[in-house]
Amino acid sequence: MTRYIIRRLLYSIIVLFGVTLLVFFTLRLSGDPVQLLLREGNPTPEDIEALREALRLDRPLYQQYFSFIGNAVTGDFGKSLRYKTPAFNEVMSRMPATITLAVAAYLFALLVAIPTGILSAVRRGGFTDFASRLVSLAGLSIPSFWLGLMLILVFGVKLKWLPVSGRGEGFAGRLEALVLPAVSLGMIYAGTLTRLLRSSMLEVLNTDYIRTARSKGLQERLVLTRHALRNALIPVVTLAGLQIGFLLGGAVVIEVVFSWPGVGRLVVDSINNRDYPVVQAAVTILAVVLIASSLIVDILYSVIDPRIRYS
Amino acid sequence: MASTTPEQALQIGAQPKRQFRYRLAGRFLREPSAVFAGVVLAVLVLAAVAAPLLAPYNPNATDLRARNIPPAWQRAGSSAHWLGTDPVGRDILSRIIYGARVSLSVGLIVTALAAMIGVLVGLLAGYYEGWIDEVVMRLADLFLAFPFILLAITIIAVLGSGLTNLILVLVITGWVQYARLVRGLVYSIKRNQYVEAALVAGAVDRRVILRHILPNTLAPVVVLATLQVAFVLLTESALNFLGLGVNPTIPTWGSMVNEGRLYIYNAWWVITFPGVAIMLAVLSINMLGDWLRDVFDPTLRVV
Repeated sequence: MTRYIIRRLLYSIIVLFGVTLLVFFTLRLSGDPVQLLLREGNPTPEDIEALREALRLDRPLYQQYFSFIGNAVTGDFGKSLRYKTPAFNEVMSRMPATITLAVAAYLFALLVAIPTGILSAVRRGGFTDFASRLVSLAGLSIPSFWLGLMLILVFGVKLKWLPVSGRGEGFAGRLEALVLPAVSLGMIYAGTLTRLLRSSMLEVLNTDYIRTARSKGLQERLVLTRHALRNALIPVVTLAGLQIGFLLGGAVVIEVVFSWPGVGRLVVDSINNRDYPVVQAAVTILAVVLIASSLIVDILYSVIDPRIRYS
Repeated sequence: MASTTPEQALQIGAQPKRQFRYRLAGRFLREPSAVFAGVVLAVLVLAAVAAPLLAPYNPNATDLRARNIPPAWQRAGSSAHWLGTDPVGRDILSRIIYGARVSLSVGLIVTALAAMIGVLVGLLAGYYEGWIDEVVMRLADLFLAFPFILLAITIIAVLGSGLTNLILVLVITGWVQYARLVRGLVYSIKRNQYVEAALVAGAVDRRVILRHILPNTLAPVVVLATLQVAFVLLTESALNFLGLGVNPTIPTWGSMVNEGRLYIYNAWWVITFPGVAIMLAVLSINMLGDWLRDVFDPTLRVV
């Protein structure tokens, strides 16, 4: 177990190293940061040289990379070219909004998927099953940004029930503002999760221990919740690690649709403004969050299900 | 009586194959979702191929006297524009028909390239194991660790937008799935006796890989590829929606939704119809992929 965790940790570090390499070099390839900084005004070649030295961009690229890594470890990604504040702070100030959105979306997905998945498996072949399969297929096939806009159209523009952009004020306001973005983002995962839960539930319901539980006269409700669901949820937990990535990625698009002040929207805005320190900071920090959480999920998973043997 | 001519023998040998083909067609027609998917995809392919013949207007022709005209069945609508016009007076139906070109060609090109690269890499990694395998799998972890769309956005931000770069980004991020799938399959296939037999008979690695292993990986790869077309289509439209896709003068479903966003309060049709097109396309591809999976591998069937 300990060996597994250490191995997994080492892999995570290698992956993280790869991510920083990718981020650093792709962004550096895209143009000279000094030229970008001095876009306005009419810089003389001396100005450019002076700034290049001040930012220490005159050193070889690999040295710059290592100092980027060294600074990144301490949370120093340089200053945002646009806001003139530390890029790290810019990103971290938006992180709560993104995490709130991702968690709410995941909760929504679970809320939809667990009852639908169970019902669909129990009444297999019936109308409920057909309807839930259709809905989960639709969930997989609707582009999230378009679903978001359709929800805005219906609940924001026509019915005027819910706010359509921003995070809202006060607790009730914040909750209201969260509904539409979370539903749009959660719907895609609800589709995947429902399918997954349905098939794993069907598999579990065929096992001997379920037959035993039923034959000893246990109430069907208890058979389903205590015996079947618990085991059927295992693949859902496995998938959770991977889904964090999809959720964070999906959040980028949803945040743009709903003007949600999160990291995703910051990345898109920063790319449009060529504010590279912020892009570097945001992508690196998101990757750290992602790698850390999938590490935790994997370790938890091996604790929950001891049958899993790691080699 | 007992003697059969070689022609007859051939016919007997050919029979199961033909029967399988008929049975496949029969199964296709009995499955309503497969028929639905087939019809929708046929219409989309037709639209993409024959766009100039089918589209009633030039998709980029603006008409400032005909801005934001609602669809024909609405009171203010006009039969000149069935699905209405956008904020600069372009015909939405024509733009959707032309938009099929970008979506379908990007979907197919990306899937073909990503599958070729991924299958090749997967074959090598699975067959030779060792350091190739280790490198490929760590690279795959790297790509999986990264939110796909974020990676795409970062690369597009660097390379700039455009059709070639869009395809490049989707291929760079897309091959991983195939490599992982094929590698896993090769691991088990190469332990079969017929592979050993081929090696003992003196077949070189290349022949074993191409003749004995590759054909056995194809069914799952085809299923994955079909489902990947749907995924590529969704990502392509999301990138075009974010303005990170193809040149803005080319109509795409994603960019149409983006252009209509600001007019959501007075022109719902501008964002609605292109989205319906995306949804129908992705839905049919998913249905087709599910059906193919059931046909190729009944054990995977989500009964």
